[in-house]
Amino acid sequence: MSTSVIQTSTLTRRFGEMNAVDQLTLEVQAGEIFGFLGHNGAGKTTTVRLLNGVLEPTSGGSHVLGLDPQAEGPALRAKTGVLTETPSLDERLTARDNLSIYADLYNFPRADVHDRVEALLSEFELADRADEKVGGYSKGMKQRLALARALLHKPELLFLDEPTSSLDPVAARHVHILVENLARREGCTVFLCTHNLVEAQRLCDRVAVMEYGRLVALGTPSDLTRQYVKRLDVDLELDPLQMELALQILQGLPDLVVGAPKQEKDVLTLTLSGREAIPELLSVLVRKGVHIYRLAPQEANLEEVYFALHGGTE
Amino acid sequence: MNTRAIFAIVRKDLKVAMQNKGVILPIILLPLILFVFLPWLMAYMPSLANATGTSFSNIDQILARMPTGLLNELSGYTPDQQVTVFMLVYMLAPMFLIMPLMVSSVLAADSFAGEKERKTLEALLYTPTTDRELFTAKLLGGWSTANAVALLSFVVYAIMVNAAGWHSIGRIFFPNWMWIALVVWVTPAVAGLGLVVMVFVSARAQGFQDAYQTGGLVVLPVILLMVGQISGVMYFSLGLVFLVGLVIWIIDMGLLWLASKSFRRSELMTKL
Repeated sequence: MSTSVIQTSTLTRRFGEMNAVDQLTLEVQAGEIFGFLGHNGAGKTTTVRLLNGVLEPTSGGSHVLGLDPQAEGPALRAKTGVLTETPSLDERLTARDNLSIYADLYNFPRADVHDRVEALLSEFELADRADEKVGGYSKGMKQRLALARALLHKPELLFLDEPTSSLDPVAARHVHILVENLARREGCTVFLCTHNLVEAQRLCDRVAVMEYGRLVALGTPSDLTRQYVKRLDVDLELDPLQMELALQILQGLPDLVVGAPKQEKDVLTLTLSGREAIPELLSVLVRKGVHIYRLAPQEANLEEVYFALHGGTE
Repeated sequence: MNTRAIFAIVRKDLKVAMQNKGVILPIILLPLILFVFLPWLMAYMPSLANATGTSFSNIDQILARMPTGLLNELSGYTPDQQVTVFMLVYMLAPMFLIMPLMVSSVLAADSFAGEKERKTLEALLYTPTTDRELFTAKLLGGWSTANAVALLSFVVYAIMVNAAGWHSIGRIFFPNWMWIALVVWVTPAVAGLGLVVMVFVSARAQGFQDAYQTGGLVVLPVILLMVGQISGVMYFSLGLVFLVGLVIWIIDMGLLWLASKSFRRSELMTKL
């Protein structure tokens, strides 16, 4: 049975007249990769701060890893790791110093600090330049070091705020693999704030979509696509000799087929008004004698959900 | 209190500060000028004046205006020696206080405002340290370094003063009890004053330079003490040093209490 590691109840934080986080109620289960989506100003970073007890809520409350972030902040932060949006590294110090100082701050067992630091430097491919000042590092190297620092004390719950925004595709893929391994093999719960919808689709078990501080959608990526993306793209493979006939029939079905079909060799790509249109479409085509070799619905993705939720304006 | 975390922050702050030229240059140059160069100039001032035939009436006038207590303390010396002792022992005493004040405020500016400027504070706030540990660590680095530098400066100054004054006095005449009280009682208080003032200044400053320049006003009371002594209004007797120390300690405690109340994670986070 899964247990909640994050529970919030009408969590609200105001800055002046603005609600940065507005009546947020959600639960995150142990071991899941939870995506927290939304554009700038949606309240993602403020939520991370509230959940770690470094910012006080205006109203509402939360429990994280069974602790109250406001009353038990230090105990909670000993169990969480946070990768902030900017790496927040001491650039006048070396990578090794950055890690070993934080090992002391997290009270990591003294006898194990050296091995842990070396292991992280090696895992994040920083060992060769571990004694150089971080100011001379590339953005990607800084981000890797910041991630290593967030993982240093082996947190039970990891908050990642835009972890791949400054990384090249290879480095981003490395982070994706690492996050998946953390969650799937080590049981670490990951709270992933991201703009990157492909990243969220690939990694997250469930996602929450935020808009102006409010939670506007919550569920698994497939639930959300079913719920919010009504139209459905399908590939229809036909007898090439019947292509003209099929196009004529489809033109007469405006309630089922939205827009003009696209043709590539013997495959037509259609946008249907919804999943419900599939049986009727098949029935009509078969009745008119069209030979259908294959009908393959294309899975909608989070990007379409996101745009559907934001009125297609982004 | 998690002392390991406190010392980790102290270590981090000092390591970072020592790589800032804006921090390290005044810490090296000021003692060099005040406590190495100046004692020799002061000690040889009467001889230089005599050699060049310059009237020494200004110093005589200053001595003439001195309170009776000081004149009594200088009564065992010849007029030339009186000038040397007055200059080296009394005139430079308030100036010595600039040292802990400057070191603590420059380190506090780097630690508080500098950290904000470098955007390294957020990660620190996410660690399990309590607000009190964080505040203690931030003060401890500047305070202990300021005291260490002041103590070292005092030792160097003692050697320089006795060496520079040897030709005139002919024996070890420094430090006296007033100076020992100054170092042991007033210096830590002044270092604390520089820190807590800078905590308030840094909360509103944009960065290290901004904080350091605004916080520089904290030397004004020390300058007033110097002016007071030159004008003959007061002089650095043992009693006055004790009183000055007491007043500064009381101010420190009040400001520290206020600063610790306003040093809250949640407040710091909203200003990032």
